[in-house]
Amino acid sequence: GRARLSHTEPRARDGRGGEEEEEEEEGCYQLYPGHIPTSPLQKALLAAGSAFMALYDPYRHDMVAVLGETTGCLALPNLRDKMKHHPEGYRILQERPRIRLSTLDMARLRGLPDGSLGREYVRFLEDNKVSPDTRMPPKFVDDEELAYVIQRYREVHDLMHTLLGMPTNMLGEVVVKWFEAIQTGLPMCVLGAVFGPVHLSARKLQVLATELLPWAIRSGRNASCILNVYYEQRWEQPVESLREEIGIFPPP
Amino acid sequence: GDIAFRFINYVRSVRERQLQQKLKHHQNLSWQEIAESYLEDKFKSLGDSQVVVCDINKEMLKVGKQKAQQLGYLEGLSWVLGNAEELPFDDDKFDVYTIAFGIRNVTRIDLALEEAYRVLKPGGRFLCLEFSHVSNPLLSRLYDLYSFQVIPVLGEVIAGDWKSYQYLVESIRRFPPQEEFKAMIEDAGFLKVDYQNLNLGIVAIHSGFKL
Repeated sequence: GRARLSHTEPRARDGRGGEEEEEEEEGCYQLYPGHIPTSPLQKALLAAGSAFMALYDPYRHDMVAVLGETTGCLALPNLRDKMKHHPEGYRILQERPRIRLSTLDMARLRGLPDGSLGREYVRFLEDNKVSPDTRMPPKFVDDEELAYVIQRYREVHDLMHTLLGMPTNMLGEVVVKWFEAIQTGLPMCVLGAVFGPVHLSARKLQVLATELLPWAIRSGRNASCILNVYYEQRWEQPVESLREEIGIFPPP
Repeated sequence: GDIAFRFINYVRSVRERQLQQKLKHHQNLSWQEIAESYLEDKFKSLGDSQVVVCDINKEMLKVGKQKAQQLGYLEGLSWVLGNAEELPFDDDKFDVYTIAFGIRNVTRIDLALEEAYRVLKPGGRFLCLEFSHVSNPLLSRLYDLYSFQVIPVLGEVIAGDWKSYQYLVESIRRFPPQEEFKAMIEDAGFLKVDYQNLNLGIVAIHSGFKL
């Protein structure tokens, strides 16, 4: 099967595309900007390749993203349905808010009282020198709504760090991955949670196993779906109050 | 660039052999004279042979120069920034014009061929190495499958760049097949045009002479 980039590209000269098109189902058109339609075989190869590469070179965040997209075919519809059946989640699906530096009023958030979600989120971004704009847009999800769901999950990731009080070092990321794995069921999170610790020292592994993991797992199971929270309307809410509302236990 | 290195190696090896032949036939020369002629030839190990490497992309030329330095190719090489459709050289300058995996990326292939004809000396040879078409049906299917299913994935996983490799396999399919390209070369004025398939046509070498 042949994956076409967009309808503006002329078809290849030998015209063998027709026959192969019938054999494999693949989206022939871009469903959203940045979408690259892929055949099942390509998705399988991408999943395997990105899994290997993400493990081999943990700085390849793009590979983690690709792994999430190519393996999320069961978990993403699940998440979308959870959102649809929740009033706040439903509104998010309708309004499609995006967390980006251009949409956030950073000055206003910085001015909020200490302990509020907005203030702590900005503090997290500045302390760890990260920006919400570095999240990869989805490429290989073949459904436009599910593409938004995974985008939302990525953009909410930094808020997870804030709510869980975890920094962006390897240990912090692993803890957040465990939490997200239980919350979302995304295979990418599960793989990251299970294989992430490979890069940790023995001392950190101990802290992980004895203190952080039990808490993260308990919180993950207890908490309601994190994608059903309209964070942009809750900047003033104190972090502790939001934690209690969602069901995240206080960090150790 | 790589072809330039091979050419230089070849010229040097030919001259080495010539030098050895010359020394064998001049047994009655004094040691002084032998040493002098050896030194003289050593300095001009390439003789008058020269290679010009031309590319439209400055970064590619930079990489080429670095590689040449690393491998120790210091003499007989020059690097010129230029467009194959409009070469910065006079007419009838070169004995050989080679292009490898480059002509596929030229917008007006006919112009590039005409330029190649122009800058070659009479008697000069045009050589082009390029992806071509596989006529064997079984290999063709496997090749298509590999090209479209695997190559862009490899591009994404290794280089984080799906689109460039998708473009690569598409541009290969868009390039004219062997006979058609041969006709284009003939249209530019070349004679005794022929081609040789490598790997059942995945790649082909086309050749033509300016006579």
